[in-house]
Amino acid sequence: MQIAHLSPTQLIERIKDPGIYIETGPFTIHLQTAVAHIAEGIRLLYEDFPILENSGVADFHISFIRTRSLRPWVRPEVRFRLDSESPFAPLPLEQAFPMFEWCFNWCISRHANQYLVIHAAAVERDGYATILPGPPGSGKSTLCAALVIRGWRLLTDELTLVAPATNMIAALSRPIALKNRSIDVIRSIDPQTAFGPICQDTAKGAVGHMRPPTESVLHVGDPALPRWIVFPTYKTKGAMNARPMSKGQTFMWFARSSFNYTLLGLTGFEVLSNLVDRADCFTLEYSNLHDVIEWFDGFDPRELAAAANSAHASQA
Amino acid sequence: MQVKRDVLIQSFARPDSVVSLTPFAWDMLVRCTRPHTLLARLLILLDEHQLSDKIPAFARRHLESARIVANNEERVLRWEVNRIQRALRDVDIPIVLLKGAAYVLANLPVARGRLSSDVDILVPKDQLRVVEEALCRYGWEAVKLESYDQLYYRTWSHELPPLRHRDRKTIVDVHHTILPPTGRLRPDPEKLLEAALPLDGTRLKVLAPADMVLHSAAHAFQDGDLRRGLRDLVDLDDLFRYFGSDPTFWDTLTLRAEKIDLARPLYYALHFTHLVLDTPIPERILQTSWRWRPIWPLPAVMDMLVTGALASRPLDASKSMGSFFRWLLYVRSHWLRMPPWPLVKHLLYKAITRGRRKKSS
Repeated sequence: MQIAHLSPTQLIERIKDPGIYIETGPFTIHLQTAVAHIAEGIRLLYEDFPILENSGVADFHISFIRTRSLRPWVRPEVRFRLDSESPFAPLPLEQAFPMFEWCFNWCISRHANQYLVIHAAAVERDGYATILPGPPGSGKSTLCAALVIRGWRLLTDELTLVAPATNMIAALSRPIALKNRSIDVIRSIDPQTAFGPICQDTAKGAVGHMRPPTESVLHVGDPALPRWIVFPTYKTKGAMNARPMSKGQTFMWFARSSFNYTLLGLTGFEVLSNLVDRADCFTLEYSNLHDVIEWFDGFDPRELAAAANSAHASQA
Repeated sequence: MQVKRDVLIQSFARPDSVVSLTPFAWDMLVRCTRPHTLLARLLILLDEHQLSDKIPAFARRHLESARIVANNEERVLRWEVNRIQRALRDVDIPIVLLKGAAYVLANLPVARGRLSSDVDILVPKDQLRVVEEALCRYGWEAVKLESYDQLYYRTWSHELPPLRHRDRKTIVDVHHTILPPTGRLRPDPEKLLEAALPLDGTRLKVLAPADMVLHSAAHAFQDGDLRRGLRDLVDLDDLFRYFGSDPTFWDTLTLRAEKIDLARPLYYALHFTHLVLDTPIPERILQTSWRWRPIWPLPAVMDMLVTGALASRPLDASKSMGSFFRWLLYVRSHWLRMPPWPLVKHLLYKAITRGRRKKSS
């Protein structure tokens, strides 16, 4: 059964008690909350995701509780809990849905050491993945959203999971978090794009989540082979400029922006070397999304694989 | 007395019992085990009992993930000990590793899957300043504490305020004895240092087996409040099982307990590991330890508090009997540590500042 099969009222009641078990790629979360903002976000953004019935089994049992105050002028807030742990300060009620997404990410980045967890977006075409790392503000989520609208499959917008046994990326296909002006930029590319509730005053500015395409959610179980790594930087003007980036620099960047590279020890080093060795790495400055999408459309796994091999041969 | 065993305690006491767990019970087991920081230890226990193929895939993921964290903690800890040795290479005094660092460096079974990369060391009291200065030359700094907490450490504690390395953010606790000098029980650190054993290939030492067990018992039942739940008991269980295979160990242990003033904590350690985890302890040793029991009705009260505090807590918020018992144990640990009037002042100060902190966050 999928979330879309429940009526809005059914969904709200179910999430309130006993909670719903949503499967997103390799993780099942048990979400339980009476906060309507979260139920509403789930209804708008997760409708294609499967829900598991009567299982009682989940990777993360999380709940969001509205804090009570006797003083009516105190703004209502929401507190996150993972089992008995409550690691963060509460946030205002209006931010409950982005808070759910952040807390879900936190659960994965903290507990999923069966993967190397890299802070990066990733998309897939023909079985090959492009990883888009970058600090907040570099435009990785915006670029990821634009590529997904143009037919790339969404793997993840925030946490790239690489499985050590296979060196493949496991998809999450969860909603893409967009900030401030990016929301309008994406709407201008495709006015049909569905968004969840837009929150104006979060710590990161205005935040809205884009609904993942149905195709991406249906194929969430298909892993992808990392093939390209592109470090995007958004500029307000100027021509697009893509330049090869050295493997050493790429490696160091990933080591720093992984959540558990150090923790994985030798495994972390091996997975990351393998990933960087087999990928073509670029830095990319862009001001116009249309140019960039065209450039990505030119990616050809066979051609580039040959280029990479000859590069190896010349090094040897 | 019979103790009601929840799924977590049962899995540690009788590992074979996991074969009959339903998926739902496995899920509960993972959730109960996580707050006690025992996930990695549980995986190792099940491996040792050839039960790892009985673990369902969804539970295994979490156990394996925790084992990766534990392996990293061990790696970090070994490197920290290496760095501490380097920092103290010109300080010509005995340095004794305590707790986790000792377990890991001495390759004891209790180290398996244990989470903690803090290093605790014991040095003679008159050398505290020398050690602190040497560590500070190599990048450790006193953790910035409120002035009240600084004062608390210097006045009431058996250790320096924690030192944190400025780059690696790791913590060293430098002790001059193993229990607060103001407390009811005062084991003589001279005796501990004297009996300490050298660690092969290093200039470091670890406590002799009996002292190591007594320190762990004191940590759980005299100085501590079982805040880490079952973890303290699992440590003691591992230590008893390992050292207890030497038949002379038990008599050495009981004699030593009386000699260094740690008989009461040893009574609790023997009693509760046996009661809760079925730790194999010779009957005559249990009988010997009864004479160290507190007067009636304290044994019954402690049974209630300790088993209550060990109760699993995946779902409970702060308002449950378990957390009330944990609070009572916290108060007890302070009662044993400080004279009554300063204790009242300390608890009041902590209660007020906690209220303030909650408000400001």
